[in-house]
Amino acid sequence: MRLVLEKRAEHSRLMTVVSPLLAIGLSLIAGSIMFVMIGVNPAEAIYAFFIEPLTSTWSLEELVVKSAPLVLIAVGLSVCFLSNNWNIGAEGQFTMGAIFGSIIPVLFHGFTGPLALPAMIIMGALGGMFWASIPAFLKTRFGTNEILTSLMLVYIAQYILDYLVRGPWRDPDGFNFPESRLYEADHTMWMLGDGRMHFGAIFALVAVIAVWFMLTKTIKGFEIKVMGQTPRAGQFAGFSRKGIVWFSFLISGAFAGIAGIVEVSGTIGQLTPVISPGYGFTAIIVAFLGRLNPIGILFAGLLLGLSYIGGEAAQVTLGMTDKTTSVFQGMLLFFVLACDTLILYKVRLVKPQPTAGGAHERV
Amino acid sequence: MNGFEALVLTIITASTPLLLAAIGELVVERSGVLNLGVEGMMIVGAVAAFGVAHVTGSPLLGVVAALFAGVAMSVLFGVLTLNLMANQVATGLALTILGLGLSGMIGEGFIGEPGQRLAALHIPVLSDLPLVGSIVFSQDILVYASIALVIGTYHFLFRTRSGLILRAVGDNHTSAHALGYSVIKVRFLAVMFGGACAGLAGAYLSLAYTPQWVEGMTAGRGWIALALVVFASWRPNRVLIGAYLFGAVSILQFHAQAAGIGVPSQLMSAMPYLATIIVLIIISRNVTLTKTNTPACLGKAFVPDR
Amino acid sequence: MDVHSQNVIGAKARPELIRASGITKRFGEILANDGVDLTIREGEIHALLGENGAGKSTLVKILYGALEQTSGTIAWKGKEVSISNPAAARKLGIGMVFQHFSLFEALTVVENIALALPKGEKMADLAERIVEVSNRYGLPLDPKALVADLPVGIRQRIEIVRCLLQEPSLLIMDEPTSVLTPQEADELFKTLFRLADEGCAILYISHRLEEVKRICHHATIMRHGRVVSECDPTKETPATLARMMVGEDVHAVKSDHTGAVGDVLIHLDNVSLEADSTFGVALKNISLDVHAGEVVGIAGIAANGQSELFDVISGERLVHENKSIQLLGSEAGRMKINERRRLGAAFVPEERLGHGAVPGLVLSDNVVLTRHSTGDHLIKKTVVNKSGAENMEKRIKVSYDVRMSHDNPEARSLSGGNLQKFVVGRELDRNPKVMVINQPTWGVDAGAAALIRQALINLARNGAAIVVISQDLDEIYEVADRIAVLSRGELSAPEPAQNMTRERIGMLMAGMGEANSNQQEVQHDATGA
Repeated sequence: MRLVLEKRAEHSRLMTVVSPLLAIGLSLIAGSIMFVMIGVNPAEAIYAFFIEPLTSTWSLEELVVKSAPLVLIAVGLSVCFLSNNWNIGAEGQFTMGAIFGSIIPVLFHGFTGPLALPAMIIMGALGGMFWASIPAFLKTRFGTNEILTSLMLVYIAQYILDYLVRGPWRDPDGFNFPESRLYEADHTMWMLGDGRMHFGAIFALVAVIAVWFMLTKTIKGFEIKVMGQTPRAGQFAGFSRKGIVWFSFLISGAFAGIAGIVEVSGTIGQLTPVISPGYGFTAIIVAFLGRLNPIGILFAGLLLGLSYIGGEAAQVTLGMTDKTTSVFQGMLLFFVLACDTLILYKVRLVKPQPTAGGAHERV
Repeated sequence: MNGFEALVLTIITASTPLLLAAIGELVVERSGVLNLGVEGMMIVGAVAAFGVAHVTGSPLLGVVAALFAGVAMSVLFGVLTLNLMANQVATGLALTILGLGLSGMIGEGFIGEPGQRLAALHIPVLSDLPLVGSIVFSQDILVYASIALVIGTYHFLFRTRSGLILRAVGDNHTSAHALGYSVIKVRFLAVMFGGACAGLAGAYLSLAYTPQWVEGMTAGRGWIALALVVFASWRPNRVLIGAYLFGAVSILQFHAQAAGIGVPSQLMSAMPYLATIIVLIIISRNVTLTKTNTPACLGKAFVPDR
Repeated sequence: MDVHSQNVIGAKARPELIRASGITKRFGEILANDGVDLTIREGEIHALLGENGAGKSTLVKILYGALEQTSGTIAWKGKEVSISNPAAARKLGIGMVFQHFSLFEALTVVENIALALPKGEKMADLAERIVEVSNRYGLPLDPKALVADLPVGIRQRIEIVRCLLQEPSLLIMDEPTSVLTPQEADELFKTLFRLADEGCAILYISHRLEEVKRICHHATIMRHGRVVSECDPTKETPATLARMMVGEDVHAVKSDHTGAVGDVLIHLDNVSLEADSTFGVALKNISLDVHAGEVVGIAGIAANGQSELFDVISGERLVHENKSIQLLGSEAGRMKINERRRLGAAFVPEERLGHGAVPGLVLSDNVVLTRHSTGDHLIKKTVVNKSGAENMEKRIKVSYDVRMSHDNPEARSLSGGNLQKFVVGRELDRNPKVMVINQPTWGVDAGAAALIRQALINLARNGAAIVVISQDLDEIYEVADRIAVLSRGELSAPEPAQNMTRERIGMLMAGMGEANSNQQEVQHDATGA
């Protein structure tokens, strides 16, 4: 008996929905095995990871705070990945968004009033776009591989941030800690309610709806899909190869940049050397788990946000390392990619056939 | 030991992990597979090497462990991309994310623990020669292995029939299949070789470069190795040159920092990444060179017809 | 040149080489081969005829070990054998020359050949043997040359020499002349006769009936996965062979070749274009006028600039001088493809799946692909009018008889012929004034081909200017009022179809134009003598 893949004539709509669910199921099984191996009761661990955080208002709010940047970045990345542009440097664009947006609260902290925050957000978007435009420019101008350039720029952005908070932007009253000054009230993200929830969630929701509309209804969405699947046909349709590279990088850079400044001004309140638990990379998983569909990404973002909070909770209650979170995320992406095979292929068990004509007749 | 000797020795140390990882990826890409998970395989190799060496007290066992760890990671990649036809780019990313997470979890207990250092080989007489003795004849086994791998890979690719088959599979998998060669098998073996090399590169980091465990200690070297393969236009001898150039850049950056040049240390630390981007630009500007040398099937899934 | 004088032994007297009995191959629900019997004798040139999808390639792949039959047996020289892979086939003495060459561009000639031979021989020895054998059969080769640098005719030689080195008893050739000029084909036939004289059997797969009649001793005809008849092709006419192949009289395309023409709608004036890559072809000073009401056929062997010519007329690649291309009276050299479409031009590229259509999108989305900015009201304020596109898809389906398993499927699920009818129908549905079509019926069944060719002629007769680029001379003769030949990026002056003999087209294809036509005459006399 062996497994054989058989190509389907068309993609399976059923499997498009089933495959991510199957992947989550398989990840839970593999996760349980991992928990057993590190000596933790899997039922308790899974409860701590995925159920307990849903039982308190505090952690529900925290879930929204953590999921919002993931969703916002992943929605932008979905445009990139759908159009076959491998922007894996969202983490760097996030960082640059945070830096650009922070120019106002750090260097012009006298600029307050109702316009300050919108200006910061625009600056953040511009910062992300600027950082994303580098791989886009190199790809369109020289044909340089965007995977490697966008990733290298992550490291460079992090060194720039490190330089700023330890150097020129360090808070003069901060006892030499590598931190910028704390932001004024006018430079702090609008809050939702009295807890920690802020306006980032609204940005994420707006992005989900806007990109969903663009992808499913408009000619731009059509262009993105065609250029991603068959650029030759896209060119025949009159779409520009370079145009789509720029479009997708700029939109994902803007979203990541906004996520960056929103995180700094809403959640952290100042610039520090580390401002992200790897949102830009986790968003790649979110984008794939959500099947590059904004609605799917919304749910995927909540699930991955949950894994962050669950990881922290499990660290406290079960004494597990928070690294289990990233292992879990990695496994999830693996299973998502494996299960996606079912969308285009049927899996069949084939018995070793008695070869033609019957072997017994042969010498 | 004079300053020049020290400089050359540190350059060799900085170049070896890049060379090991890049030569493995070169073979993988020559077979038509793009495995972006080098970073992930490398760091799992690093933690496996450190862990086993720490527990057993034998750095050599650590090297062996890293080799197997790298292969194990690459098998995951192979099953997904070669058997299940998953997208190679996405799967490579997944491998990196998983590897970083896994190594962080396994290595949690090793942070701050003293490490084992891979001993330099001492060759009687030769090692005692002035200058060449310390530079050429007193290296550890992985340095020699990296050079041997370059020569061996060159010989394999261009002088043996199996190497010819591997290049053929990377150039035109449909034809190779039609001639009766097993595309999947050839590619799987290549991917495993790449995994083994990345594992060794990781072992070098945690047993020789800095004999301790630091989370995320690969620091993008896996990605730089990928860039090196492009830089080398898929030729083993040029990978050797490229790796040493990069090693030199990253070491000079340390020396410049130490010398107190009035430049922020962060800028110097960012140099290798900046250099990678610049090198990629220079290489991609030469369209004919890249186009004629890129394995034609690179990154394309092979689906045997019905 | 006549094959039959060269084979003195009567067909029946030759011993059987290979006998396939009751070969059946099932792919899921499809029966690609259904109880096929085939017998080939030593020294026989045996034609395997059939339309696309008749099951020829499946059968051949089974004989060559690339596929495994579901049931049925194969006997080689009287003994039953199992051919489990191509290596086993080669061991028996079966060689195969593929239609789409199975060559490795990045490797040298000798490396390519070594890959097909059993291991053990040194490269240097093999290189010597290649030189010797290739010269002996009149197919000289340089073993050190890189395949990427070689023209298509030479590449075929590599394939043939690769087989000959194994001293095969049976040589399978899949559509070998589709990439050759008529003159090159004649050279190939000489090699084949010589092989047959030496006792090697040849299984010759083709749908070129003239050729089969000329060179083959025996023909097996397949239709819908079955053998429907066997015959001696020398005793048949191309028409009777065609009937056996298709199963019904092929609907003849009606072209009155009126020659009555109107205004110039396509005007190319000294169009040149650099090659875009090492494998591309440069266009050199191409001039062409196509009038309303006529079809100009552009003949040529593959990769002589066809797709480049298509790209500059369609606007996928722009030329420097705006005025060097004029469409419907407008200067269009710098116009983008959709601006040209809005002028009333329509384009159908060679590759249906991946250029003319997106495989993973449904047909109505593929309507949007070329008609989103042609004034068909498919886009309102950037929003795609999906129901409008679906209505158009239905209209095209009915008008051009596009058959599908369910409504509006993904493009990749359609058969070649049906997808081509859709891709052509999508453009004809606009009633264009100018149409450029590259390889209109490549790999399409005879029924669909006739429908497409007739539609093109009707469009011209209604006042459109049409350019048909095709490698299929029969097709060119069927539809074209005037014929030009594209060779190495240069286009000959178009001439009325009735003045263009196959021989003359062949000369032009080989790049031997007017300048040395005298010399050609002399050579021709010499071979004729």
